[in-house]
Amino acid sequence: MTTSVRPPAPARVPAPGPVPPPRGRRRAARRPSALLSKTGVTALLALATFYTLLPLTWLLLSSTKSRQDLFGTNGFALGDEIHLTQNLQYLFSAQDGVYLRWVLNTVLYAGVGALLAAVFSVAAGYAFDKLAFPGKERLFSLVLLGVMVPATALAIPLYLLAAKVGLVNTFWGVFLPGLVFPFGVYLARVFSAAYVPDEVLEAARMDGAGEFRTFRRIAFPMIAPGFVTIFLFQFTQIWNSFFLPLVMLSDQDLYPVNLGLYVWYSSALSQGRPEDYLLAVVGSLVSVAPLIAVFLMLQRFWKSGMTAGAVK
Amino acid sequence: MASTSTRGQRRAAALLLSPFFGLFTAVTLVPLLYAAWLSLFTTRTSGLGFGGAENAFAGWDNYVRALADPAFRDGFLVVAAYCAIYIPLMIGGALALALLLDSGLAKARSFFQLALFLPHAVPGLIAALIWVYLYTPGLSPVIDLLESGGLAVSFLSADNAVFSTANIAVWEWTGYNMVIFYAALQAVPRETLDAAKVDGAGALRTALSVKLPMIRPAVALAVLFTVIGSIQLFTEPKVIYSASTAIGSSWTPNMYVQTAAFQDNDFGLAAAASLLIALFAAVLSFAVTRISRRGSKP
Repeated sequence: MTTSVRPPAPARVPAPGPVPPPRGRRRAARRPSALLSKTGVTALLALATFYTLLPLTWLLLSSTKSRQDLFGTNGFALGDEIHLTQNLQYLFSAQDGVYLRWVLNTVLYAGVGALLAAVFSVAAGYAFDKLAFPGKERLFSLVLLGVMVPATALAIPLYLLAAKVGLVNTFWGVFLPGLVFPFGVYLARVFSAAYVPDEVLEAARMDGAGEFRTFRRIAFPMIAPGFVTIFLFQFTQIWNSFFLPLVMLSDQDLYPVNLGLYVWYSSALSQGRPEDYLLAVVGSLVSVAPLIAVFLMLQRFWKSGMTAGAVK
Repeated sequence: MASTSTRGQRRAAALLLSPFFGLFTAVTLVPLLYAAWLSLFTTRTSGLGFGGAENAFAGWDNYVRALADPAFRDGFLVVAAYCAIYIPLMIGGALALALLLDSGLAKARSFFQLALFLPHAVPGLIAALIWVYLYTPGLSPVIDLLESGGLAVSFLSADNAVFSTANIAVWEWTGYNMVIFYAALQAVPRETLDAAKVDGAGALRTALSVKLPMIRPAVALAVLFTVIGSIQLFTEPKVIYSASTAIGSSWTPNMYVQTAAFQDNDFGLAAAASLLIALFAAVLSFAVTRISRRGSKP
């Protein structure tokens, strides 16, 4: 646990040296300590990696164990027998295969939701960047306000409104809020400024192409990498959301994976059902594995999105 | 000619903006306004609840009740304590790791970058489930390990709950911010670094006096998002709550709101408390932006 503190500390200690860098005294101050050697730096990074991988290792190992082994054997070692296939069978057949249903729901909430959210964000961000219209900056500050209102602070207001219009405990109650991503609009404006040169639009306008057509046929393909980034951001956001589905849904058939795992986990504890605990563990692994795969495959995109905000 | 093009742009802008703003109005502005309206009423259920609920105008009453409630205020103290542990550890750790990666001394850079980022691909709820298992006495191999080393730690006790929650967040977010900082470091112009070298600055000096100030905007932005995220603290303590009696059902402001709404059916109070949290987050992030902006302009 404390490993998180460890890596930075030793490198930091010798920091307070003489204050202004004395000009002209070349090469005088170059005496790297042991920690600043290749081995030292790599060792520190390895230590931090150990901390990040430890819990994932536990998850992987635990998913292969039988229920007895899960509670009876060391968490960082293999159990007495490999039970992975039985566990998977159990996971997908439990409660009439409700897990698969949750996965499907999550794909709809997060996949379709983020896709639409990204389309709407790019359209709005492009309009903010490239088109002239009255009240632009005032509208944009509304978007920034949206960035600042925390998503979970909206959960109860959304629930109250949904109760009023009859959307509580429906698919739409969770799906619709996912379509709005103010930070995506901000990112799209940055991307549009970076990727779409004004001259290209001038040329298209000269040729008499309509504004909407220009956006669809010329600008959108140029922003496409940014589109993927925005999609990924919102996808993880929705996939991660827990408070909103928790308050909005009571029908198990509408749950996203997150909420289902939580219910298994808490029923394992509150009603003393260890088999539900195993379900929560295996279900976690099964839902995390594809996410990790997606992240590994789409590295380029999430990196460019995360850094777009940073470099600006 | 010019006027038709302006009109064309306006029409296109309206078309491109309307899906976002239509939905934004429906799922952000209207809920906020509706919650603001509801927060001005209290619901009185008559008898067994069959007589129907009755709404009575209460003015600021719900806000006063929320602010006067020690449970609500303590929630903010918990978040403050959590921030005091989490933000320096996480931002400091991410910075240190990014500087190490950028030092030119690290081997297998892209492997480390990926491995350290990996926790971010794990949803917060699952991260919390895993860690709570690792916190549970009798199950946790970590506790066994510490005990064999003569250290008895109870992660789920009331005293350690803040630390245990912060650790989950550190695990989830350090690598993410490290990637951001690392990218910002790579954008530092070569000439600046060469100049520092010529001036005789060692690797550590360069990192602290040249590189760090140059990525200040990236750090400020990361702190801003971390602060907004911290106020929303809910998932991790909610999972800890189901495993330990050490923390109450209103441990953080968001947990307070949920308890008010669904345990006490006090929707007026829940709405008022929600809006107070949103307001607090907005004010705080505004302040952070202001401070960091002033700081970056010498």
